[in-house]
Amino acid sequence: MTEGVQPTFTAAPWRERAQEALIPPLVALLVALICGDLLILSYGQSPAAVYRLLLEGTWGNAYGFGQVLYKATTLAFTGLAVSFGLRAGLFNIGGESQLAAGGFGAALMGLALPVGTPLILALLVCMIAAGLAGGVVGAVPAYLKTRFGAHEVIVTIMLNFIVLALLNWFIAGHLHVPETLHTPEIHAGVLPRLADIDPRFHGSAANLALIVAVLVAFAVWFYLFRARGGYELRAVGLQPQAAEYGGISVGRVWMRALTFSGVIAGIGGINYVLGYKHYYEDGFASGAGFLGIAVALVGRNHPLGVLVAAFFFATLSQGGLAIHAFVPKQMMDVLQGVVILAVAMAVPEVRRILRGARGRSDA
Amino acid sequence: MTGGPASTGESARGQTSAVPAIRMEGIDKSFGAIRANRGTSVEVMPGEIHALVGENGAGKSTLMRILGGLMKPDAGHVEVNGRDVTGWSTNEAIAAGIGIVHQHFMLVPTLTVAENLVLGCEPKTRGIVLDYKRAAEDVRKLSTETGLVIAPDRLISDLSVGEAQRVEILKVLFRGARILVLDEPTAVLSPPEVRELWTVLRRLRDKGDTIVLITHRLDEVVEISNTITVMRAGQTVARVKTSETTPAEIARLMVGREVSLSAGKRVQPSGRPAGPQPDQGLEARNLIVVGSRGIRVIDDVSFSVKPGEILGIAGVEGNGQTELIEALAGLRPVFAGDILIDGVDMTRRSVAQRHDAGLSHIPEDRQRRGLILEYTVANNLILGVQKYFSRRGIIDRTRVMENAIQEISSFDIRPPNPVLAARALSGGNQQKIIVAREMGREFSVLLASQPTRGVDVGAIEFIHQQLLDARAQGKAILLVSAELNEVLALSDRVAVMYRGKFAVMMPAAEASEEVLGEYMIGTKKGNAA
Amino acid sequence: MRKLILVTFLLLAVHIALLFTRRNAKAEGKETSPVRVGIVLDVGGRGDKSFNDGAYAGADSATKMLGSNIRFIEPGEGADREAGLRLLAAEGMNLVIGVGFIFTDDLANLAKEYPNTAFAGIDYALATDANGNVIPPPPNVAALKFREEEGSYLVGALAALVSHSKKVGFVGGMDIPLIHKFEAGYRAGIKKVCPDCEVIVQYAGVTPDAFKNPGKGKELALSQYNQGVEVIFHAAGSTGQGVFEAARATNKLAIGVDSDQNDDAPGHVLTSMVKGVNTATFDAISRVQNHTFKGGIYSFGLKEGGVGYIYDSRNRGLIPDGVRARVEELKQEIIAGRIKVPSTR
Repeated sequence: MTEGVQPTFTAAPWRERAQEALIPPLVALLVALICGDLLILSYGQSPAAVYRLLLEGTWGNAYGFGQVLYKATTLAFTGLAVSFGLRAGLFNIGGESQLAAGGFGAALMGLALPVGTPLILALLVCMIAAGLAGGVVGAVPAYLKTRFGAHEVIVTIMLNFIVLALLNWFIAGHLHVPETLHTPEIHAGVLPRLADIDPRFHGSAANLALIVAVLVAFAVWFYLFRARGGYELRAVGLQPQAAEYGGISVGRVWMRALTFSGVIAGIGGINYVLGYKHYYEDGFASGAGFLGIAVALVGRNHPLGVLVAAFFFATLSQGGLAIHAFVPKQMMDVLQGVVILAVAMAVPEVRRILRGARGRSDA
Repeated sequence: MTGGPASTGESARGQTSAVPAIRMEGIDKSFGAIRANRGTSVEVMPGEIHALVGENGAGKSTLMRILGGLMKPDAGHVEVNGRDVTGWSTNEAIAAGIGIVHQHFMLVPTLTVAENLVLGCEPKTRGIVLDYKRAAEDVRKLSTETGLVIAPDRLISDLSVGEAQRVEILKVLFRGARILVLDEPTAVLSPPEVRELWTVLRRLRDKGDTIVLITHRLDEVVEISNTITVMRAGQTVARVKTSETTPAEIARLMVGREVSLSAGKRVQPSGRPAGPQPDQGLEARNLIVVGSRGIRVIDDVSFSVKPGEILGIAGVEGNGQTELIEALAGLRPVFAGDILIDGVDMTRRSVAQRHDAGLSHIPEDRQRRGLILEYTVANNLILGVQKYFSRRGIIDRTRVMENAIQEISSFDIRPPNPVLAARALSGGNQQKIIVAREMGREFSVLLASQPTRGVDVGAIEFIHQQLLDARAQGKAILLVSAELNEVLALSDRVAVMYRGKFAVMMPAAEASEEVLGEYMIGTKKGNAA
Repeated sequence: MRKLILVTFLLLAVHIALLFTRRNAKAEGKETSPVRVGIVLDVGGRGDKSFNDGAYAGADSATKMLGSNIRFIEPGEGADREAGLRLLAAEGMNLVIGVGFIFTDDLANLAKEYPNTAFAGIDYALATDANGNVIPPPPNVAALKFREEEGSYLVGALAALVSHSKKVGFVGGMDIPLIHKFEAGYRAGIKKVCPDCEVIVQYAGVTPDAFKNPGKGKELALSQYNQGVEVIFHAAGSTGQGVFEAARATNKLAIGVDSDQNDDAPGHVLTSMVKGVNTATFDAISRVQNHTFKGGIYSFGLKEGGVGYIYDSRNRGLIPDGVRARVEELKQEIIAGRIKVPSTR
């Protein structure tokens, strides 16, 4: 230990911290790529050529890139939602239904608003509706957990079924356009697409929900690392007993964390409803909620990491479409699985959980 | 001082002093920027009890982990019985007869003693079926041989701490360990249990086993060991025969300066307020706390602590001290009775409200309760007072940092780096963070639970001084400690907790270890005032 | 950490080595055929024994008989449907087919962007304007629709003719107009040959899950069989598997839907009302090949071979020759237009 008493401000050296943060995901990525190589070879194709095709179809042109951005936007929302919960030590598996509820809320509000509502106002109101709808779905497990100690994993999973079935019933039974499973198009609150700004993005679904996602990511970061609420939330997530000792109401933090997790996932619904199709369609959220868990994990629960991970998973998804003719799309699912597994093994937090609590260090 | 160094070397194995049982030389080991060991050397002869002493963070545990194969040294040599085993694995270490008894028990609570012992080396009949009968038999045999008496079929979860430790020791012996390393074995034991442990260790030594005892309780070192290695800041500073040194000398070697070993005992503090208000301080009336199994863990306890007074609570662990402190701090619901802070009823108030009313709390479990280990030192220094360090919901980072710098220097927290994670600090320095936070602010009542547990001598002295200073400033202090001498040295009045009640309460001046000890183990029962 | 960096470089080396093995294999498709067709399947993909497999079969015969070059895309999520269609259109396919009503909007939008590409939508949903008139699809989109009621009519007649109890059953999946078409035709067919027959109609639910609830299907079917029903027609997706299960358990008969479902309960499948997704797919491809493709509504009924019922060596034993003759007679009358089959209840 240092003998001097002069306060020093250096944490672990920068290089070391960067290595620690980046190398494990990098290893995971390489493992996944090698698995991909082997899979491609097993189909009698050239890995280099297939990967080139994949890159061309995704980052190589504005349309493909736009599609990646579009997919990344939804994943960013669900990933942020999951990571926000995880920071408080809560596992929100309900992203699927919260996203759907958010989209439904936005669509209902968009339908209710009269034609000619000022765009900004309409957008804001629709977004609030989306967030509220998601938040309500998130608040249920939060309440059941704080009030009755019901485990949030069970409740959120069960709620997925209930909420999706309810929405289904609304759409199929009441609100659908005949012969379809979607609502009529909304009148107000349509988010501009990227193609409206830069025509090169023509045809891609990417829209300004992307900006909202980045803003939400920043807000989450600011809350977690700069606000008192975030200090308390992370404390509860790391050591609930210490948080309790520090005068933090663990129940209140849980309530807040799960509810806002739902709000974030709910706002994600605008990407499809306000930005892309302009109606709520049954089943639009399928998979994105669950993939959000992987995004949060790979992004190591840090908002910036989540954005990067969302972009990465979106690339895999869109890339799968681009190389569809040469390798089956299931290959991308396999790759996704490999990435998740590899990252899970490589991320220190997960390793620590796997190892279990070892004796404390005296050194 | 029994069991002097005379018996060293006359071991049953007849391995004379020529070949050391353990020889570690020039060991270097770093964790990032922290150098735990710098050229450390230790030599332990067979058949001796060797005390490895040093402040927390001196690198003792790291050294022993290297010996046990849990870590590999960056540089240096490890020899066991003359064989170079540098960088070996845990399995090799176990095979070579090294047995490490960790500070934190690694037992499966839902299994029996015998099952725990055979875990990993189960005797089997017909290939896969566990032979419980043989296991139990083996355990019983070993148990009588060593004097570590324990029924093999009891569940770990039913054992007391002392008994669990016996199982830990049995476990390593069961695997054939001839070199035992015990990491802070007495931290959780009551005085009678400590005496039993010493008997067992002496018997093992006389049988020819080699024992390394990691500790920082100097009285223990002097009582039990044959030789001593003193470490400071990752380096070996001395290797002495126990018979040729004194506690004061060892303390000086450990800390690197003179240390007063008896905290300013009951010197009437000058600044003590003349006439404290009768309802000031902390008061508990007919307090009843019900534990998880519906038992009254605190059974109708009443007491008060006046400003400028330290009330010390002694007792064997598990007699309600933990629950009492938690109830007072607001961390545990009260079944009946009242808690008053400065005359205001706080029984139903939250932790935060009690905090605001002037209650400070040094919790007994610093790693689970007192600190958020992943948080930086600076952030830990505002735990519980975070709202005073934020404006409109945003943490004022400048003030957090200023506060950290100030507390780090006034409480001598090392390394003096506010952005280091608390996890990276030694136990003693972690404790200093808590003390700095709880005592560095305005408060009128302090709950200090095991404030010096696992803390090195230098820090103990410092913390004791802080407590006495606070008393002098008119604070009301409730001190709970497993260290009888600590309670006696610091308190104005002393109470002994036994099975959820105060067995006795008396002025510290009239108390002695002998008297309190009898109340602690329940042989003498009295009624607290 | 140092070890980890080493591992990283090692993995990188392995990856690069693998990357450039098999350099000669071309990641490119065959580019010779005159007609290039892209098909985007519905979520669920191949192996559903229904729509997607039907489209695949139709495309397969087009490849064999016409030499068409066909590419398939199985979308992973909703947004991939448009992306898949767009990908194919952008590659200059001559014909792009979306399998399922869910593609309706995406097809309509893309058709405007790619006016020179032919599009086709299986079960393309037609919207109606305020006056109730059908709005035609864009000029380069073929809406491939089926007159399921006609096939249902025939199997209804068949069911009534082979049963002796005067009770015939129907198990629908989701309670929606699309399935009501099946019910209406079925009912009409029964009434035609047996005016005093009782038709027991039940639906599995009001959500899409009603199409994948075999447990519910079995429950409904068992209760119908217990009421004396001898034949049940299901239009319920995989919920129908429960109907077959009940037929097997009670030794009664059931009628399959969409494709020949004889294999699902051999000996207990009276027949299957087949929907010629393959025929429609093949038809669209061949029109493009012959340069006769035109947008508009294509309705496939008995006449076009777009719907029908199975009669082959496997179920011949269950259908007496007289019954077969009567049903064939009805079929000719429908084709001739002498019988009008209702499509709503």
